[in-house]
Amino acid sequence: MAMLGDLARLIRSKNAGPFMLTFDVMFEDDATYRRVLAANVLTRERFAEIYRVPAAEVQFFHHDAACAIKISIARPCVQCDLDDGDAYGGQQHAPLVELVIPD
Amino acid sequence: MVEIRVLSATGMLGSGFLESSFDRGLALAPHVVACDAGSTDAGPAYLGAGQAYFSPEAVGRDLRLMLRGALRVGAPMVVGSCGMGGGDAGLEGVRDIVLEIAREEGLNFRLALIRSEQDKGYLKRRLAEGRILPLHPAPPIDADVIERSSHIVGAMGHEPIAAAVEAGAQVVLAGRATDTSLFAAVPVLRGAGEGPAWHAAKTLECGTACTVQRRRPDSIFAWVRDDHFDIAPLDPEGRCTPQSVASHTLYENADPFLITEPSGTIDTSTARYEALDERTVRVSGSRFRTANRVTIKLEGAELAGYQSIIVAGVREPFILRQLDSWLDGMRAKFADRVQEVFRGKVGPQDYSIRVRVYGRDGVMGKLEPRAQEIGHEVGLVFTITAPEAKTAKAIAKSFGHFALHFPIPEWRGLISGLAFPFTPSEIDKGPVYRFTLNHVVVPDDATEMFRTEMLEV
Repeated sequence: MAMLGDLARLIRSKNAGPFMLTFDVMFEDDATYRRVLAANVLTRERFAEIYRVPAAEVQFFHHDAACAIKISIARPCVQCDLDDGDAYGGQQHAPLVELVIPD
Repeated sequence: MVEIRVLSATGMLGSGFLESSFDRGLALAPHVVACDAGSTDAGPAYLGAGQAYFSPEAVGRDLRLMLRGALRVGAPMVVGSCGMGGGDAGLEGVRDIVLEIAREEGLNFRLALIRSEQDKGYLKRRLAEGRILPLHPAPPIDADVIERSSHIVGAMGHEPIAAAVEAGAQVVLAGRATDTSLFAAVPVLRGAGEGPAWHAAKTLECGTACTVQRRRPDSIFAWVRDDHFDIAPLDPEGRCTPQSVASHTLYENADPFLITEPSGTIDTSTARYEALDERTVRVSGSRFRTANRVTIKLEGAELAGYQSIIVAGVREPFILRQLDSWLDGMRAKFADRVQEVFRGKVGPQDYSIRVRVYGRDGVMGKLEPRAQEIGHEVGLVFTITAPEAKTAKAIAKSFGHFALHFPIPEWRGLISGLAFPFTPSEIDKGPVYRFTLNHVVVPDDATEMFRTEMLEV
């Protein structure tokens, strides 16, 4: 078992414009990327469950050339609106770091 | 075979680059020297208030080297989204820095200024014609939203920039533009393949962000040809790898394979990335799908009021175990005090008091899966927002005192429930802005929303 954060070379979140948030889970090599895909833990459905958003509203990509999984959702509130606490969207990926990936 | 060479000075004008890297790029005889100077990424205040992100000193440092270098090698210099927001104030701020450098250095050139700030009458007409369309997700729009916005810009494509270069501009300063357009304009104009030109532009726009281990903001270079482009950083210690270049399609995009531009879509889903050597990558197979109509993305910011904020901590376990009801209760009860202080002239709809609880869900808010957990202390940030600065400040002053002593049932007697790290406890934050638009306009052509002015410097 390992945490996703220990397997990835970088997990990050960021604004994709003021209305969207995007999450990048990037791996150093193809083998690790394939291992995480095969574990089937980080899926559209799991992401939707963790972030409590409807799965149908989660954009989910495998990017083989980048050895990366990419996920995008609408921001829960528009960037810098009165209820927004993360102007750059840079700290929304935290729950993904501790996802457990079985061997 | 066509080969158009593009020198990207850095990822963001004013963030800096190594002079040695930039000089190496100039020695490769670029056809254009380009740099992005703005974004929505830092929030709506830059567009809304027309304020610059970096200091004039930092922007001037980069511009001086770029101007001298580009004019020396005879390549047009293109800078877009001037001043961060890309409104007229931002463009004029960068223009003034350029003119001052030109005076100091004795430089002469033809300067194009391309304004992208939008006329509200024009936008209301397009709205009435049904030619302003929502993107996903879009806030509601009507003529009033357009009228209320402090500033609205359209993000230009490559066309106005290419037209300025065609008209002999040696320096092009653009208002809001898509990041890619700044780097694609000259390659597309000079006949490079459209797919490679646009994909190269997307890779160049963040400077060295597409390298393996970005050590600092720096210059990067691309050779754009008919059916591929090559890219390498200019610092000999930097490296591009197929993976690092492919990974850059992820950055700040919702979709890593399709990127919408005013005149079409960059499609990188069939791109192939191969290492030419230790630090140079060749990308082929990228496509640009020309759209059957032009769409210009709008960005708008409106004043959301004036804010004062209060920062405080709570350590007391009895308060922490009823934190939400304590915070809700103090704000509900405080409404009466506002009535007294303002003699009924300020009602509950005229101000808001929000609180963010750090140590629980301060960072993630609604997205926090562990919002039911709380530590042995929390940090609170109260934001008091009102239409006028003096109202916000007056409310904050009374609220800070009221909240400090707001009781809990466990204790009999006066409590002081907030630990303020500062006194006075309220801090004036000034005006706050909000984004108003996530929409596109369908204009008659790609240049009608932008105004070009030529100056002989």
